[in-house]
Amino acid sequence: MSKRMTEPTPARRSASTNESFAREAADVTTLSTAVADRPDHETIFDVEDVSVFYGDKRAVRNVRIRLAQNEITALIGPSGCGKSTFIRCLNRMNDLIPSAKVTGSIGYHGQDLYGSDVDPVQVRKRIGMVFQKPNPFPKSIYDNIAFGPRVLGLKGDMDEIVESALRRGALWDEVKDRLKTNAFGMSGGQQQRLCIARSLATSPDVLLMDEPCSALDPISTGRIEDLMMELKQDYSIVIVTHNMQQAARVSDMTAFFTVELDGDSGHRTGAVVEYDKTDKVFQNPSDKRTEDYVTGKVG
Amino acid sequence: MASADFTARAAGPPGSGAGLRYRRTRRSAGEQVIKVLLGAAALLSVVTTTGIVVSLLSETIAFFGEVGFAEFFLGTDWNPLRQGDQQSFGVLPLIWSTVYLTLIGLVIAIPLGIASAIYLAEYASPRVRRIIKPTLEVLAGIPTIVLGYFALTYVTPIVLRDLLGIEVRIFNGLSAGIVLGILVLPTIASVAEDALSSVPQSLREGAYGLGATQRQVVLRVVFPAALSGIVAALVLGASRAIGETVVILIAAGADPNLTFDLGVSHQTMAAFIAQTARGDISQGGTEFQTIFAVGTTLFVITLLVNAIAIRLVRRFRQVYD
Amino acid sequence: MAVTAGHREATRRAVEPASSSQRLKESAFKATMLLSTLVGLLFLTVLLVDVGRDGLPLVGADFITSFPSRISPETSGVRSALQGTLLLIVVTAAFIVPVGIATAIYLEEYADTERWWNRIIELNIQNLAAVPSIVYGILGLAWIVRGPLSLGRVLLAGALTLGLLVLPVVIVVAREAIRAVPSSIRDGSLALGATQWQTIWKQVLPGALPGIATGVILALSRAIGETAPLILVGAVAFYRFDSDGLLSSFSALPIQILEAVTDSDPAFRDLAAAAIIVLLVILLLMNSVAIFLRNRYEQKW
Repeated sequence: MSKRMTEPTPARRSASTNESFAREAADVTTLSTAVADRPDHETIFDVEDVSVFYGDKRAVRNVRIRLAQNEITALIGPSGCGKSTFIRCLNRMNDLIPSAKVTGSIGYHGQDLYGSDVDPVQVRKRIGMVFQKPNPFPKSIYDNIAFGPRVLGLKGDMDEIVESALRRGALWDEVKDRLKTNAFGMSGGQQQRLCIARSLATSPDVLLMDEPCSALDPISTGRIEDLMMELKQDYSIVIVTHNMQQAARVSDMTAFFTVELDGDSGHRTGAVVEYDKTDKVFQNPSDKRTEDYVTGKVG
Repeated sequence: MASADFTARAAGPPGSGAGLRYRRTRRSAGEQVIKVLLGAAALLSVVTTTGIVVSLLSETIAFFGEVGFAEFFLGTDWNPLRQGDQQSFGVLPLIWSTVYLTLIGLVIAIPLGIASAIYLAEYASPRVRRIIKPTLEVLAGIPTIVLGYFALTYVTPIVLRDLLGIEVRIFNGLSAGIVLGILVLPTIASVAEDALSSVPQSLREGAYGLGATQRQVVLRVVFPAALSGIVAALVLGASRAIGETVVILIAAGADPNLTFDLGVSHQTMAAFIAQTARGDISQGGTEFQTIFAVGTTLFVITLLVNAIAIRLVRRFRQVYD
Repeated sequence: MAVTAGHREATRRAVEPASSSQRLKESAFKATMLLSTLVGLLFLTVLLVDVGRDGLPLVGADFITSFPSRISPETSGVRSALQGTLLLIVVTAAFIVPVGIATAIYLEEYADTERWWNRIIELNIQNLAAVPSIVYGILGLAWIVRGPLSLGRVLLAGALTLGLLVLPVVIVVAREAIRAVPSSIRDGSLALGATQWQTIWKQVLPGALPGIATGVILALSRAIGETAPLILVGAVAFYRFDSDGLLSSFSALPIQILEAVTDSDPAFRDLAAAAIIVLLVILLLMNSVAIFLRNRYEQKW
């Protein structure tokens, strides 16, 4: 793992004391090792110095990581450290929040995701998202799955598309006899797998999952984790999770986020501390903060 | 004596000690009286309904003693105030005009109302909403008599005759129908907007996450999810239009006409009742009883519409977890 | 998985910008929705301009202090109608405030919802809200002007009829205001040994009062804008006397407006517009008071 030395990036600060400046400089040095240069893996997301602002408050700062194809990347860290905010940048969901602003650049297969000639709607057709609380539409199971292809304008046999998506989502056998029933008749775990299958129906490239199992029971969680391992062969997955064991179980790479307190304003900003192979992050982390978190010393 | 009181109180919860029991009993009696008085006030609502039903029914029954059901409900000539042979009691023209003008009003109010609701709930910025929503509420609060004035002195002469060049009589159904729509528009818009805003944001996010455009999210996810509330809005609007009196009275004239022609006078059930009451009515005559017979018909129709509303709302209701 | 692989090959291509037909559809839709909203606002503007243009020149001190005249529009005024409307506000309020609040207190604090009679009361209130105002007028004619109460065609009859019409509104608003008072307040009072009524009177009601007041004012503004019940109850259009009390004949602005609008003389129609302006001003004042009360005294629990 080569360490890349870069200059400290001037960060936005209202009034800086020597103290906080020194703290920031140290962070950035650590940050520069978080890029994980991996020439043997095809890059899918090239995140360069990305910060997210709500109004003029910075929620996430200077994220610099490179995500690779056909892998599961876990984003872990305590509450409020910007993991969800960051993952929503990858499919431009933050566009929906009027006060949100994203700086830096995100390369997607080499193309600038936030370029002026890029349509966010097209982005989301390629990069799907599954949310923390299952959110099926109040329609039939069939219509839930068919929604994506229909708005996409996909031509083809809709029955086939629906079946294929449900099979890939490991839900087909359970619901094949009741495709026309309302999705709300399913259990929480099934609803979440429906949401996953729904995202798969548009044949995306990437699947983003924002704490997909936190509202589910352990058995459902287990099934979804198995599903993720299967899906890894055809898709790239980025998952935000609070559950460290889950991250350790399923992911190939892990990024650890932490929360920083701005001494002047008391405002919290998230940042990536370490990004490395999952085994390394959990067993032999480079940064003490990572170690404290994964060993449970801090929450 | 202070110490005795203290001992009595310390013996148990207030009111249970022997020395304090009488005070509790007296308070109890007072509380009971209050409860009865309050209950009596609440009963007024029941008395009101009973009053409406009884007052309507007693005169209506007397009416049907004179005039047969068949003549009333199947007859197409409504001339209750004429004398002798000319007098007829076929209520169909009134029912027809009520339904017809309501439909005209809804044709205007439903598309505009729902579109306004969609704009306010899904597209408008908070600043714009803060201006438009209160304005719609102002429109909703305008007394119907003002709208009647507007229909007669502006819509008929200027909009219909001058601007659109349509030939209508001075009292016509089209003007009344249009203004009926203006009357009902804020109600539909307001209730529909509430329904759309109540759709959870998580549903929108799910749809956006699948690559839908805003238009697709609104039309294919939010609108269907809010359907029961929107249906409620429509029926509420229809109900208000059916019972509307003064706009029709002023703008549509006092001649019942069983026709599709909107250029002539139309008289609805409510307008007839008001028109008759403005004249001289002696107690007990059949003419006086027509007020009640038509009133009962209107009341029953309103109840039916509201009953349908409740069924429809229940049918379309989406239960979110 | 041919569908998958083939399509995903396609997605590996660059993300295109939105097609122009797509953008057109989106903009057209948004524009249509906006336009529809503006049409509603347009109606309002045209209406107010029309009324203002016809009526404003005629509104003045003379107009407000003169009695209506059938023959000379120049000397006709709204004196008796204005008195009637203002009196109606006061008397109707005197009726709906105690009865409405009492009903709301009963339903929220005392009534056991399991009992069938309480459920009937609730059902009644819901149904009554949907009854057309003219039917209330019929009730007023049959039971208040004539029938059991036999008050005659007097102001009190008008006030009671209008009161019954808007009572459901007051009840609903008062119930919501009472319900909004947190139970911790009630519990605290009861724990100190207060009776149920004392708790309601001293703690719950004062807390609910701003909401109730706003609701009452809005109900009253609805009541005095109503014409149909007044027609049935016998309000007079050309009343050339000052008000003689609750049990005398009366006039009201909506009735006089109605009479003036349907007059064949256009001069009288303009008077109707002037009277409308007076009515709208009263409504504006009432609504402003309601909004002021709501903003100033609103309890945020």
